[in-house]
Amino acid sequence: MENFNTVKELIEIAEKKEISLAQVVIDREIKITELSEAEVREKMKETLEVMRESVKPALNQDIKSMSGLTGGDAKLVDQARKEGKSLVGDLFSRIIANTLAVSELNSAMGKIVACPTAGSCGIMPGSLLTLAEEYQFEEEKIIEALFVASGFGMVIAKQASVSGAAGGCQAECGSASAMTAAAITYLMGGSNQAVASAAAVALKNLLGLVCDPVAGLVEVPCIKRNAIGSSNAVTAAEMALAGVESVIPIDEVITAMKEVGDALPESLKETSCGGLAVTPTACRIKKELQTESL
Amino acid sequence: MDNLSAFDMIGPVMIGPSSSHTAGAVRIGNLAKEIVNNEYQDIKIYFHGSFKETYKGHGTDRAIIGGLLGYKTDDPKIKDSLKTAAEMGIKFEFFPIKLENVHPNTVKLEITDVDGVNTTITASSVGGGKIVVTRLNNTELNLKGEYYTLITFHQDQPGLIAKISEILNIYNLNIAEMQVLRERKGHQATAIINLDHEIEDQILSLIRGIPGIKTSKLIKPLN
Repeated sequence: MENFNTVKELIEIAEKKEISLAQVVIDREIKITELSEAEVREKMKETLEVMRESVKPALNQDIKSMSGLTGGDAKLVDQARKEGKSLVGDLFSRIIANTLAVSELNSAMGKIVACPTAGSCGIMPGSLLTLAEEYQFEEEKIIEALFVASGFGMVIAKQASVSGAAGGCQAECGSASAMTAAAITYLMGGSNQAVASAAAVALKNLLGLVCDPVAGLVEVPCIKRNAIGSSNAVTAAEMALAGVESVIPIDEVITAMKEVGDALPESLKETSCGGLAVTPTACRIKKELQTESL
Repeated sequence: MDNLSAFDMIGPVMIGPSSSHTAGAVRIGNLAKEIVNNEYQDIKIYFHGSFKETYKGHGTDRAIIGGLLGYKTDDPKIKDSLKTAAEMGIKFEFFPIKLENVHPNTVKLEITDVDGVNTTITASSVGGGKIVVTRLNNTELNLKGEYYTLITFHQDQPGLIAKISEILNIYNLNIAEMQVLRERKGHQATAIINLDHEIEDQILSLIRGIPGIKTSKLIKPLN
């Protein structure tokens, strides 16, 4: 097994051994877990199944978050699409609705896959799985795309952070969007360089995004930021697959994300002491919820 | 990164919305269940800091009770745990509390089991679903649910710890970490011994038979 600390190393291992990016991540996982390749793939298949299920409830039922603050938006977007009112077309509209659906389920105490975190859990299933369904990819190929995503996630976690408290929302929704852009580009048959470029562009576009949850809850603005994370991942993948390259390489973007995260004040890193969390409306919501608190 | 798994990035599978306020709270409940190791009669839950402010929106109340009922972090039954516990005849109540020098996500549990035995546990959810029990009854400790942990309550006296390690040594059980605490010289003392492997009942009986040991508990690791 060869380990990698950067995306550059990940790609070098793949090219030296003439294997896919997914196989490099799978080989590493086999080594550290002492499981067989079949077991490792099966575990990802089970994870994929949970992801797939997590899209459905908020599209088919009326769900509300525990605070009562959010829920029902995925259905609205899906309904508009079904009525032929989508601005951006059927596929993109489904991506937005499916992403919202997973994030709404998370806020309503449903079962989700943290990817990489619970707060950013809608992006991967919302975009990758919707595209995989549209283009009818085989299960094994989707599983491999998820391993590629986790490989990129591991590098980000190692070189920067995937925690809102440490790096702001760029570290959660930004990382999720970059991982998803990489997975989509891999799934659609992009080159290793295109996969890296897609991740780089996606992360660049969300650099500096703050974590400022209203009343400290994973709801506002988190759920809608997942939809932006998906839109951004698809946009980045579209560019990369067309041959657009990121001027700044992914590893340097990750380092920049870490620097920006360190420079962000504590008030904008999940403490709810700044940004949207201190707007008059957010203060009113917080007060209303507190009357129900202990 | 050497320890990071692909399933740390695409995973864990969990009940939302928050790894610290929901999944972590479930794991605190799971560890408290291990410690109490009996049916519950009455549970008092005291939320501190961010737990107090946001418990409702994060379902921290349902998560703690769900964990105490033995549900894992990915069990959809967590959402209905309050109803389930009430139907089982378990009395439980939530209170606010302000604790000194603790993590913002901290809970204190006062649990009375069906035999009338009281257990008080203070625990914190420290991020990403990781937890630590910082106080068990009157003893400060650092219990994370990562090992098989043997806790003994005994009279402070020379040679007692040596006897415990001698028994563990005979059975080739490696001590990963060990902490010995006492109220004051010659009084109540506690040993917390983290082991890489499970201890068989027979070995546990030998340790319990050491003169001076009042009680002991073996706590299994979480997941």
